[in-house]
Amino acid sequence: MNAVRNFLHGVGDRFRALPRWAKIVLAIAAAVFVYLLPIINPPLITTTDSDFGAVLFLCALYALVAIGLNIVIGYAGLLDLGYIGFFAIGAFTVGILGSAHGNIPLLLCIPIAMAVTLFSGIVLGAPTLRVRGDYLAIVTLGFGEIVRLVLVNADGLTGGSRGISNIPTPPSLDLFGVPHLVWDGFVAKVDLSNQTRFIQFSVTDSIPYYWLALTLVFIVLFLDWRMQNSRVGRAWEATREDEDAAELMGVPTFRFKLLAFATGAAIGGLSGALFATKQQFINPDNFTILYSVLFVAMVVVGGQGNRWGVILAAALLTWAPEKFRFLSDARFLLFGLVLMALAIFRPQGLLPPRRSVRAKRADEETEVLEEGAAHV
Amino acid sequence: MRSVFKIGAPLVAAALALSACGGTTNDAGSTSGGKACDLKIGFFGALTGDAANLGINIKNGAELAVSQYNEKNADCKVTLTSFDSQGDPAIAPGLAQKAVTDKKLVGIVGPAFSGESKAADPIFEQAGLNTISASATNPALSENGWKTFHRILGNDATQGPAAAKYIKDTLKATKVFVSDDTSEYGKGLADIVKKDLGSAVAGSDETAADGKQDDFSATVTKAKSSGATVFFYGGYYSNASKLAKQLKDGGFTGTFVAADGVKDDGFIKGAGAAAEGAIVTCPCLPPDKAPEFQAAYKKAYNSDPATYSAEAYDAANVFLAGIKAGKTTSADMTAFIGSYSAQGVTKNVKFDAKGEPAEVSVWAYKVTGGKIVPDQEIK
Amino acid sequence: MDLLLNNFWELTITGLAYGAIYALIALGYTLVYGVLRLINFAHSEVFMYGGFAAVWVLTAIGATKATGLGTAGFLVVAFATAMAMSALVALVLEFVAYRPLRKRNSPPLIALISAIGASYTLSEAMGLRDKPFKWFGKDQDLVRYVGRPREASPFPLNIEVKRLFYVFDYHVSNIDLIVLGAAIIMMIGLDQFVSRSRLGRGIRAVAQDPESAALMGVNRDRVIRLTFVLGGAMAGAAAVMYLLKVGQIRYNSGFILGVKAFTAAVLGGIGNLRGALLGGFILGVAENYGQAVFGGEWKDVVAFTLLVVILLFRPTGLLGESLGKARA
Repeated sequence: MNAVRNFLHGVGDRFRALPRWAKIVLAIAAAVFVYLLPIINPPLITTTDSDFGAVLFLCALYALVAIGLNIVIGYAGLLDLGYIGFFAIGAFTVGILGSAHGNIPLLLCIPIAMAVTLFSGIVLGAPTLRVRGDYLAIVTLGFGEIVRLVLVNADGLTGGSRGISNIPTPPSLDLFGVPHLVWDGFVAKVDLSNQTRFIQFSVTDSIPYYWLALTLVFIVLFLDWRMQNSRVGRAWEATREDEDAAELMGVPTFRFKLLAFATGAAIGGLSGALFATKQQFINPDNFTILYSVLFVAMVVVGGQGNRWGVILAAALLTWAPEKFRFLSDARFLLFGLVLMALAIFRPQGLLPPRRSVRAKRADEETEVLEEGAAHV
Repeated sequence: MRSVFKIGAPLVAAALALSACGGTTNDAGSTSGGKACDLKIGFFGALTGDAANLGINIKNGAELAVSQYNEKNADCKVTLTSFDSQGDPAIAPGLAQKAVTDKKLVGIVGPAFSGESKAADPIFEQAGLNTISASATNPALSENGWKTFHRILGNDATQGPAAAKYIKDTLKATKVFVSDDTSEYGKGLADIVKKDLGSAVAGSDETAADGKQDDFSATVTKAKSSGATVFFYGGYYSNASKLAKQLKDGGFTGTFVAADGVKDDGFIKGAGAAAEGAIVTCPCLPPDKAPEFQAAYKKAYNSDPATYSAEAYDAANVFLAGIKAGKTTSADMTAFIGSYSAQGVTKNVKFDAKGEPAEVSVWAYKVTGGKIVPDQEIK
Repeated sequence: MDLLLNNFWELTITGLAYGAIYALIALGYTLVYGVLRLINFAHSEVFMYGGFAAVWVLTAIGATKATGLGTAGFLVVAFATAMAMSALVALVLEFVAYRPLRKRNSPPLIALISAIGASYTLSEAMGLRDKPFKWFGKDQDLVRYVGRPREASPFPLNIEVKRLFYVFDYHVSNIDLIVLGAAIIMMIGLDQFVSRSRLGRGIRAVAQDPESAALMGVNRDRVIRLTFVLGGAMAGAAAVMYLLKVGQIRYNSGFILGVKAFTAAVLGGIGNLRGALLGGFILGVAENYGQAVFGGEWKDVVAFTLLVVILLFRPTGLLGESLGKARA
């Protein structure tokens, strides 16, 4: 386990030590590779029982969710067990405005969905963020259930359990076709009969949606990075580490917590909107507590506060159950065991934030010094 | 047809070895002349997750049909592959997209639920993969003009009025309490029953989705104080068995009536003595019309056929007959299903232009002596 | 509204009876939270295993044909089995999922992940219980126990409902009485144990200040094990009551009930035993009233809205966190 950790951090350190131009080249190469994943269909990674493009779309979608929830849990330290509620509000805003009760084009629906979830984040956060710690967990869990039940019961608006169909797709630009690769062992072949149209959004091909989701992930990541490295990010950290001390130092903690909550909510809404347009059909059954739990698991397993960690965990936790479909009904048993094993052997998450790694190393050094002193 | 170019091993990918290989040999579609073997039928529905119990029932029914077919046609076997959607419309599209790339797959028994059907059926339609659902009863599904969509059981719009008719004419109830589980199936059904009963509805209440509620005491109180003599529940057997027991324990003395989602051994087991006398309507023939199925199922799975097992058995048999007749391309299979007509376990299987069953006879069943026995056909 | 007023006592008593089940499960959450500051997310599975144990043992000893006094005997057996099984599962859970984390001083959220993992594992293991027997070809012999594992297993004991006496307009049944009576006995017993016995004093000491307690010679690990056993036993008792009222149990029965019981614990003030009891009863009754007024589909909305409203006015729950000190 330690070897893996050292390896990952070694890679990170190497990367940071590179000259600027090399960093940019490497980053672009990695990004291109990620975009082309469903076209390349790399053996061993590709899923055999479910469409790889569709699985990758879900990975990117949940990565977006995890980035949003990471702001709430990882940066501000607020345990939110009702994140699926914002996801649902985003999805249903698009459904209601774009199909059930209106005909607004998708590109307009998405910002509206984000605004609505931002607003609902403030409305929920303003009263509840005054309760602390574990109380917040149950209050938000309740909120997630309330959202779902209201969606089920308000038939007039949401169609109840029938849900909403024919949700608008993003505008298509049919420019050219991209042939997929097929693999025969480790030999790649170009399959001209199986092409993805660039960029045609249709029910049979998930890859354009994957590209869209991935683009949104990169945009949100950039904003997330800017935010974390600003005064806001430092205020969140201070609040998370010691709320009273932060308050004493003049940080308006409540306002910053609310900001984190609402920002997280808006990203949740964005992901929900993306989900709705990909699915083209939504009903409230998609949005149960279990998803909230899964989202929290992604953030914690990834390493709360490390945006790359949570992305990795989101992708892994989405991809693994699809990859290991051959295990059929034992998958969830194993999923549970893996979560437990991770908690026990990797308690800081897959990629803990650098700050906490540094803190831990400093702690260890102090301990060694203290012990050394004791032996003298 | 498919043309494939080889671009070499990735490690030495510099040299592009362009050599076209004929990718047609594994195209089952092109062999419609001779007999195609190793074909597959898919099951699409939940095998894990909350709705796994219903999915397993359906899969078992289809599996039985396939294994019986293989016994008779040992030289040319058919396999059943499962697409475990967990009943989750988010997962369904990926599986459907994968399913349609499998050229050996000639038909899908499913998707099991209306929600995942709405998410997956457009993909099957576009790719021309025929589906026969054994359980999705939402009336709107057949209104989309999908050519590949079929279902083998009557939708809620046929069963609801029959249930209402039975309550009015046979039970002669003047006060009926109507409840449902807010699911697409249950609520759709209950709304139709309410409409048909009109002024006889003495009260109504809704419960949480199937398996999500255990305590129904407030609903029991409501039903009692409404003075109803019949309690109609639109929902599945898990909730229904708890509800029937709590109604009886709570002192409600009227008759419990439910629809095909409750026609399962689990209802009787769960509700125990409280199930006695309950009425279950079902758009399916009584099992004594096909005793071999009952016996074979019991032998294979050590339990009586459960909800939707018989429907799945019939659905799989339609595909198997198509395979036997060599109708393995999409268009051939669609045409074959369109003209299919044979006696099945649940009904005379025949589809109309929309993919709905052409003949639906709704039967009322009664729980007597711990068994669901046919009472009468509702005409 | 009329419905509520006309059936006030019936709704109240049936609500209290179901609330008693919430309360007993809530005790488990609150005890563990009190000493470990940890949401034992897998407690719902502890409950579920107790229920299954009761069903299996009663099936094995042929409780279906019981009558009269025999029924009472079987009921005692059911309680004993369920409580023992739940306590055992809770103990194993502590050993496998939580102790390793404690040894490594993991951050509190990671315990939640371990708990979620344990919850998945336990519930899925129950849902797949036919598999190991299938490998050995024994599943047909044991079909009464492992057949159709994803389906509900019915409670074999058949207690005929008898109406005993009136409370105003409600005719109280023997089941209401058994559930409420057993719950109250358990609660008083636990409350007395924690507030009077030596071991109970240990629990309170660790809850208040683990380090000082350790210095005073309290064996912290033993106290923690004890809280898991006590909480488990309460959940086992709740499982039998649940079986009496609902009549069946399924591999995922614990989840919804667990969420509700945890809500009840928070409502009353998590970490506070009497708070958990109060929270359970209030939640049970409020759900019934809410259903009567707004309709059954709003049941859970009523429950969670009540929670939010109470926390707004009393941020640490109705009775506050008295088992330990009020810590955020």
